[in-house]
Amino acid sequence: MIDGTATDAPAGPSVVRPARRRRRLLIGLAVGLAGLAAAVLLSLVFGSRVVSWDEVVGGVLAPDPNSFAEQAVATRVPRTALAILVGGALGLSGAVMQGITRNPLADPGLLGVNAGSALAVVLGISVLSIDSTGEYIWFAQAGAAGAALLVYAVGSIGRAGATPLKLAIAGAATSAALASLVSAVLLVRTDVFNVFRFWQVGGVGGADFGEMAPVLPFLGLGLVLALLSSRGLDVLALGDDVARGLGGRVGPARVLAGLAAVLLSAGAVAIAGPIGFVGLVVPHAARVFTGPGHRWLLPYSALLGAVLLVAADVVGRVINRPADVPVGIMTAVVGAPFFIWLIRRAKVREL
Amino acid sequence: MSILAAGRAVRLRRRTVVTALLGALVVALFLLALVVGDRIYGLADVLRVVLGQDVPGASFTVGRLRLPRAILAVLIGAAFGMAGTLFQTMLRNPLASPDILGIGYGSSAAAVVAIGFFGAQGATVSVVAVVAGLAVAFLLYALSWRGGVQGSRLVLIGIALGTVLLAVIQWVLTRIEVYKAAEALRWLSGSLSSAFWGDLPPLALAMAVLTPAAFVLSRRLSVLQLGDDAAAALGVRPNSTRLLLVLVAVGLISVATAAAGPVAFVAFLAGPIAGRLLPGASLLLPAAFVGAILVLGADLVGSNLLFTTFPVGVVTGAIGAPYLLWLIARSNRNGGRL
Amino acid sequence: MTVHRSLVTEALTVGYDDRVVVQELTLAIPAGRISVIVGANACGKSTLLRAMARLLPPRSGAVLLDGRSIAERPTREVAKILGLLPQTPVAPDDIAVADLVARGRYPHRSFLRPWTQEDEAAVAEALRMTDVLDLADRSVDELSGGQRQRVWIAMALAQGTDVLLLDEPTTFLDVAHQIEVLDLLTDLNRQKGTTIVMVLHDLNLAARYADELFAVKDGRLYLSGAPADVVTAPMVRDVFGMDARIVADDVSGTPLVLPIGRHHSRV
Repeated sequence: MIDGTATDAPAGPSVVRPARRRRRLLIGLAVGLAGLAAAVLLSLVFGSRVVSWDEVVGGVLAPDPNSFAEQAVATRVPRTALAILVGGALGLSGAVMQGITRNPLADPGLLGVNAGSALAVVLGISVLSIDSTGEYIWFAQAGAAGAALLVYAVGSIGRAGATPLKLAIAGAATSAALASLVSAVLLVRTDVFNVFRFWQVGGVGGADFGEMAPVLPFLGLGLVLALLSSRGLDVLALGDDVARGLGGRVGPARVLAGLAAVLLSAGAVAIAGPIGFVGLVVPHAARVFTGPGHRWLLPYSALLGAVLLVAADVVGRVINRPADVPVGIMTAVVGAPFFIWLIRRAKVREL
Repeated sequence: MSILAAGRAVRLRRRTVVTALLGALVVALFLLALVVGDRIYGLADVLRVVLGQDVPGASFTVGRLRLPRAILAVLIGAAFGMAGTLFQTMLRNPLASPDILGIGYGSSAAAVVAIGFFGAQGATVSVVAVVAGLAVAFLLYALSWRGGVQGSRLVLIGIALGTVLLAVIQWVLTRIEVYKAAEALRWLSGSLSSAFWGDLPPLALAMAVLTPAAFVLSRRLSVLQLGDDAAAALGVRPNSTRLLLVLVAVGLISVATAAAGPVAFVAFLAGPIAGRLLPGASLLLPAAFVGAILVLGADLVGSNLLFTTFPVGVVTGAIGAPYLLWLIARSNRNGGRL
Repeated sequence: MTVHRSLVTEALTVGYDDRVVVQELTLAIPAGRISVIVGANACGKSTLLRAMARLLPPRSGAVLLDGRSIAERPTREVAKILGLLPQTPVAPDDIAVADLVARGRYPHRSFLRPWTQEDEAAVAEALRMTDVLDLADRSVDELSGGQRQRVWIAMALAQGTDVLLLDEPTTFLDVAHQIEVLDLLTDLNRQKGTTIVMVLHDLNLAARYADELFAVKDGRLYLSGAPADVVTAPMVRDVFGMDARIVADDVSGTPLVLPIGRHHSRV
């Protein structure tokens, strides 16, 4: 490795990291941060009620109990924070999953994680009467991990390993199977269905900081593990055989990264419900700025994921005023065309 | 040459026997579905009702309720079975059935919107569902077109479209009252409980057109299976054949979905089960029978054997999930492709 | 029995998406002979073969079969005259050898016409020629690579065409099976007069088995003719970018290419 760590960057022009690349990274950072600032601002301003600048400042710093506008802004603060949190987690976990599976189409939703969480949560609500985020999280995690393992096991069977096509089909099949079990429960329990139908569209409305708190440790741990696994993912990207040849430990690297991806995506599902396509789309956008190396790709994916989800939430609030279109619907409607474009562009080989 | 003919005769006999047994099983389950229910009628009474004679009590229960339901079960089972096996054979992948790819969601989404927002019922829902299903098929084909349609691209774009349509369905479910949503959920699970005579003619008519089309296409499909280049060399145009196959299969799925909702996994299960029984054969007719057997059997189980009545789709879904796992285990063992 | 067909490309240009692969290429396939197309990787030789089999529409120019543009003739009619064995055909799961070979009869059958004696005879003949008659009832999945390739050739033979195109029929086979397949194709050519056109990677095998050799470079025809005239040191240098010495093959009398790497030159 000529340039293994950040500290030994040579003084002169580097062979592996030319100035052009660095400029791209900076541009990406600027775009990401500016986008996030703009999205957050819009998220505070827009809603069923549009507010003025003073009211935004007032609402964020010290909401005046007598001002409806400032109260409205105050409720948008946790919502925006939640969107940042969830978007970041989904973007990051998507990038990690794409790295582990060496598959540009990997995404928590497509890989059955959402369906696994949904089934576990439904069982929790109906059988054990759980009703708070703090309880959802354990069920969501377990369901997500189980489904992800199952899908990956199915998708990597056969000589060619986990090809994009096999993984996508295995994810769709597992999701269909789990969904049918979910509806078996819901058909008998209309009360559970009445809670579940709102959870399953995925949304960040009605957020409060108290509900977010129990999930934070999971997301934090996931973030740390994800960033730790970036070097392992870079080696994995070359294929298992080459990775072993370079001295990489394929199994542990994959387990560490997989744990990170599941913690992040299941944490997001637990607080915001299943939100699709963020994990799929964001890493591709991030790669434009960072290239394929995971050291930069991972944090950029988190940043852009937050931008995307906050923006999608704002659009969902504005598009059908005064009602909200849940952010999970918005990401599907925006993400699917991108996904299709990606497929049309790529030369996806036959099995 | 005689060796050749003898081998072919053995295979042909096996095919004929197994297919006939499957057909007999369809008939047996059909009759069982007429006999069994809250009240059990004798086979003699049931046959008299079927032949149009008036039997007190049985004429209503069997003639008005059970008979249309059983016919509906056979028709949609056959439709799902044929559509599934057309897709699986065309895409050379047992997991690539239209229900798994979410292609059927086009019909479902349209039907849920029609039921939930416009209070549509009966024939209107069917028409909307079929039109939407075909529209999704065209869209899928158009989006997959890039100087030709590759099977894998069709699968992936199908999954993407299915995901969007599912989001639409879920969103609609949050926008309507809970009792309507529960009704829609029941429909979305696939149910025969609202079957009545009036539903049958449009379905039967559509299938009378689509089934022969499927059989004509299955010959071209058997050549397309050899790969695009080999098929083209044998005089089959891969792209136009695929377009026709997609249209016929989605047509079958749509009319069946319109009649009974998306009954889970029947399209997915029928072909592979038929293929296990008849390796290497053309599967269209056996798969139609297996589909009918699955729906009839699952409906019998769902309405009679469980602690509460479940719609047929929940039962087929519960069968489908373990089968999926079994498929995985089997492929794992022989290292085959999935 | 076999009719001699003329197969000609006229200023043929073919490509994928926005990339032109074959450029204004004109050649005439000699009827009743074995023609082999050679060239470096990605020179367009497979594309040329696929275009000759009407699998790719020409951008400009044409492929003429018996003087008529192949693109304008009904595809089934062409399939009775011209067959192609692609590089990687797909065998359906669990299919029996005889059933797979029988699919080669597709262009001769119609929905209403049942399986005839003629179909049966063609399949039996194809199985016999390729020496897989004993395997007729076995599943294709169980066969070895060499056997499987013979079965595919049998399917192409069952099609009963006067012209047979093959895209690298020897890939993935060991050297003994390569010779076996090429001998089989030669038998077919000598016994039935079938016109054979194939793409081969191995220049020495190509020189041995070809009556006519076509060297393709960058999508254009570089040189064609008898192997002894085509396989020369300058051709190998220009087309394959490699120095070589050409000697006579003691076994067949055809030219034999001895590549000269950077480490082996004794000159």
